[in-house]
Formats: sequence, C-alpha cells, structure tokens
Amino acid sequence: MATADENAAQEFSSLVASHRPQIFRFLLASTRDVDLAETLTQECFLKAHRNWSSFRGESSAMTWLMRIAINLQKDHWRNRRIQFWRRTRNNSVDLDEASEWLPSGESSAEQGVLAKERVGQVWKAVEGLSERQRTVFLLRYVEEQELSEIAQATGLREGTVKAHLSRAVARVRTELGGTR
Amino acid sequence: MRFKDKFGGKQARLEGQTEDETLDPMLEQALVEFRSSVLAWSDAAYQRSRTVLAASPRRQVWRLAAGWALGCALLAGGVSGGLNVRHHRQEMARIAAAHEAEQRRLVAEQRAREEEDLLAKVDSDVSREVPSAMEPLAQLMAEDETR
Repeated sequence: MATADENAAQEFSSLVASHRPQIFRFLLASTRDVDLAETLTQECFLKAHRNWSSFRGESSAMTWLMRIAINLQKDHWRNRRIQFWRRTRNNSVDLDEASEWLPSGESSAEQGVLAKERVGQVWKAVEGLSERQRTVFLLRYVEEQELSEIAQATGLREGTVKAHLSRAVARVRTELGGTR
Repeated sequence: MRFKDKFGGKQARLEGQTEDETLDPMLEQALVEFRSSVLAWSDAAYQRSRTVLAASPRRQVWRLAAGWALGCALLAGGVSGGLNVRHHRQEMARIAAAHEAEQRRLVAEQRAREEEDLLAKVDSDVSREVPSAMEPLAQLMAEDETR
C-alpha cells in the first residue's frame, strides 16, 4: 500500500512531466538563453518540490509554477544587474538566431523569408519591452493564458496586466509598421 | 484568419480577448508566427537538453568513478599526511628530549668542573698560606720536586 509520501512524490512527478516543457518555453522566450532557461527550469521545479506540501490548489498548478518561474527570472535579472561587471559574456542568442526557428508551414521561400522577418521584428520589439511588459506579453501571446491567469501568476491586478499588454502590443505594432 | 481561430483548442481561452487587444491582420499574423517560432525553438532546445540528460548516465558513471577516486586519493593523502604529522611530532619531541638531556648533562659537567676548580683553588690558597717559619722547608720540597 502506497504511503502518503509516495503518493505526493508520484503526483509531483506527473506535474513535472506535464508542465516542464511549458515552463522551459516561457523561460527560454524570456531569456533567449537555452542553458539559463534549463537552469531556471530546474530551480523552479526544485523550489516547487520543496513547497509542494504547502500548495493548497488555490490557483492551478500551472499558474503556481509560472509564478515561481517569473520570480526566479526576476531574481536572475536583478542579480545580473548587480553583478554585471562580473559577467560580461552574454549567452543569449541574438535576434537573428532566435528568428531562425519557423514552423515548416510556409508555402513558398518568399513567404518564409517574410515570416522570418516578421518574427525578427516581434523579437526586436519584445527585447525593448520592460520586464513586466515582456512577461505579460509572452504569457498572453506565447502561453495563451487568460488575463486572470496572468494576473495571478504575476501578482498584478487585471487592469495593470491589460495596461502592460496594451503597451507591449503597441510597441510590436510600431515595430511591424516600420517596414510596411 | 483571426488569432483566436488559429489555435482550435485555445478558442475558449481567447474569448476573453479584450477590445483593447483587437489585432489587425498583420499584427495577428506576426504574433502567430512568433508563437510558432518560439514553440519550434523551445521544442528543439527541450529535446536537445533531454538528449543530453539521457546520454548523461554514462558520464555520471565516469563522474562517480572519478569522484570516488578523488575521494579515496584525498582520504589516503589525509591519512598519510596525518600519520606523517604524528611521526614528525614524535620525532621532534624525541629530539627535544635528547637536547634537553644533553643540556642538563653539560650543565652538570660544568658545575662539577667549577666545583673542582674551586676546591683546587682553595687547596692552593691554603697551601700558600702556610706559616712563614715553614717557608724554607716548602721551598726545598719544591726544588726537590723539580729535580
């Protein structure tokens, strides 16, 4: 007969299996650094594991995990700003490299080139966003979360989320409009 | 095609799309492509990291073996170092004891010599202080000895 601890461990394992790719994706899009995203993902699940017993299910597990990931990411940027002189090398891939990844659904080479160009422009706009705007934008348009979920994950009010999102979208629009 | 229509399973979620978020077709298209691009990149990177992790047990075995070897070497070094230190301390204590004994012997010898010298001096002083009436006899004895 399985003990309560074993059940909890099993539950947590299935949580990792089902949510890890999504957490990794969000952190990768936020940092544009594969190694860093992998490290932060591991930290996120380590933290989640330590606090799993205190998770009451008031929000979905995904929202809870996303909140941990957002905080880890915030801490990382904060530490990096403080220690910027210690680490001059930046592992983030450049925008061109990030824009290379396209699904193979383009019907022609020309369309592919245009799509790559548009993706690059969105990346450029995302790069220019504030940390909060970027987080909200990625949660909405990459993770496709609802505004209420974003509000829970970020700890912001829904109105604030809307405002950040609106500014982020405006910036992307401007960036895209520049080449029309 | 609207952004919300592009992803069948997500339609209900994006019903919550606000009026503020009304997107023009070009922006919508760009966001769809952006999302697809991030997904493709993330999937590839995730697979890569999984592959690296899957390939890692062999490396872990090597790491484990290397760790054990290093641990054993450190332990052996520590033990032999400890023994060496102990041996060195014992040797130092032995040398110190020998040195102290030698010092004591030298001091004792010195004292003995000093005492002998003192006695000799006393003898000499006593012999010189013989009464003057006996002086001629003492001189004779000295002459006799030189012969």
